Amino acid sequence: MNKSKKRRTFIYHFSIWVIGLLMIYPILWTIASSLKPENEIFRNSASLIPSIIKWGNYAQGWQGFGNLSFATFFINSTFVTTMVVVGTLFSSTLVAFGFARIKFRFRTPLFVCMIITLMLPQQVTLIPQYILFHNLGWVNTYLPLIVPAFIGGIPFFIFLMVQFIRGIPRELDEAAYMDGCSTFGIFYRIILPLTTPALATVAIFSFYWTWDDFMTPLVYLNDTSLYTVALGLQMFSDPSSVSAWGPMFAMSVASIIPQLLVFLFFQKYLVEGITAGGVKG
Amino acid sequence: MSSNMETAELNKQRSRSKEGKLRSQLRIDLVGFAFISPWLIGFLGFIVGPMLASLYFSFTDYDLLSDPNWIGLSNYMNMFTNDDRFWKAIRVTLVFVFGSVPLKLAFALFVAMLFNTSRKGVGLYRTLFYVPSILGGSVAIAVVWKQLFGRQGAVNDIFEFLGLPTMSWVTSPDFALSTLILLVVWQFGSPMLIFLAGLKAIPKELYEAASVDGASPILQFLKITIPMLSPVIFFNLVMQTIQGFMAFTQSFLITEGGPLDSTLFYAVYLYEKAFAHFDMGYASALAWILLLICGIFTAFIFRTAKTWVYYESEGGN
Repeated sequence: MNKSKKRRTFIYHFSIWVIGLLMIYPILWTIASSLKPENEIFRNSASLIPSIIKWGNYAQGWQGFGNLSFATFFINSTFVTTMVVVGTLFSSTLVAFGFARIKFRFRTPLFVCMIITLMLPQQVTLIPQYILFHNLGWVNTYLPLIVPAFIGGIPFFIFLMVQFIRGIPRELDEAAYMDGCSTFGIFYRIILPLTTPALATVAIFSFYWTWDDFMTPLVYLNDTSLYTVALGLQMFSDPSSVSAWGPMFAMSVASIIPQLLVFLFFQKYLVEGITAGGVKG
Repeated sequence: MSSNMETAELNKQRSRSKEGKLRSQLRIDLVGFAFISPWLIGFLGFIVGPMLASLYFSFTDYDLLSDPNWIGLSNYMNMFTNDDRFWKAIRVTLVFVFGSVPLKLAFALFVAMLFNTSRKGVGLYRTLFYVPSILGGSVAIAVVWKQLFGRQGAVNDIFEFLGLPTMSWVTSPDFALSTLILLVVWQFGSPMLIFLAGLKAIPKELYEAASVDGASPILQFLKITIPMLSPVIFFNLVMQTIQGFMAFTQSFLITEGGPLDSTLFYAVYLYEKAFAHFDMGYASALAWILLLICGIFTAFIFRTAKTWVYYESEGGN
């Protein structure tokens, strides 16, 4: 009895490790390739162990191309991402509080509108927005990337915050109201401090999506000196310009390090965000 | 304390005349609209307005440089009768969505069921299996995927070792799309986590009672797990389908729509028309057709939901 249970446990862990290894292999392969000498990358390609570790790939890759180093791209991405995170936090908390706690007229139809935009394919608004930003003279600036965040550009976050605020007992608001607290006071003093975990989730997701975003910068940024890491890497990896593969892999790894770090440290909030959207919704 | 609150409540009710009620509702409206104003501005200015504009542009030959000329239904007529690449893009996108979404969800559910246990180490495994989803959408992974499945990539290396046929997978018209589907299925982390949370919410008593009655694990899966999980399956299905129709980066970066348009995603074709040819009128028409297709599929899923999605408690949020 005990023996068969042990065997089952062994099979369980063994099969998960096999699937897990397959899952993680492409990432390990990227890291391994980034440390291999040039002539080893596509010879014995599947191997994960370089004969010598060549850190030089990173130094060489960091130089970038033309006179633009990856430092520029990282600074650009950091700026854009920070602004988007701030903007998202600002708009999603205010709007979510309005929808979750204030019984104004037309609240329900407007909330339904927001849910519908949640399912709107990005491509549908892409072209008219481009024309709008083009006419405003915003093309080739960061404004088209940043401004939408400040006006609730990603309704998913508003939805997430609404769900969270609805879970906070209403008695708290009422008690504060009795004590003469204004609506803004209730938002600022009572609700906002209690939403910290949800704020963390929103911040992390908007970080991921902005850092990763390829299409928006591709459409709006023309100047290479304005490029984000995603665009810079795409240009760097262009087959017609790649002279050495090692540095290309090295910069691929470098570009995902911020995401990996955030994932390692804030995993909990990420998991909560994903499940809150799907299960409680 | 409580009697204090009661008197306060009473006083408030007494002081409210009809007129006062109206005025206070107006105040509530103002405060409410003030709070949602960022979204409202964005909604009207960046979504509704531009969408109406694009509806108009879809009936014109707008190219950003010269003024738009009204050409009626020409764009739509051209698209349906004259544009082979439009049909190709629709076919490719449908194959992509119907190929990747069921596979991804099936895999996500399978792994979630493996992880729905109190065994040691599950937390670590969950992390490990989620990592690809964190990175999968990035340019870095797209760039790597291209090399991984290239002629000299690691996949061929392994296939050669196993005695399987090798080829340049990303440049083969027969296999390029499958390579992209594989990339998307690989990122099953989010639906997996959602399934896992759903599985944890199913009361254990249901399974215990079924076991006592002699129901086999397969029967339990079909009669308990699937119905109890159906709202979560529904959510995942809607979200993944919409995401599938929007897919862009994978094709744009890895195969550039090729070879021979075999991976020409709808979004890639739209991008090409709009930003390579600056045919904004035609691209607007393409966008509206995409919206229509997404709408039809979503409506279809919502309609059928009544027959297969089981809600324990109607009501709630």
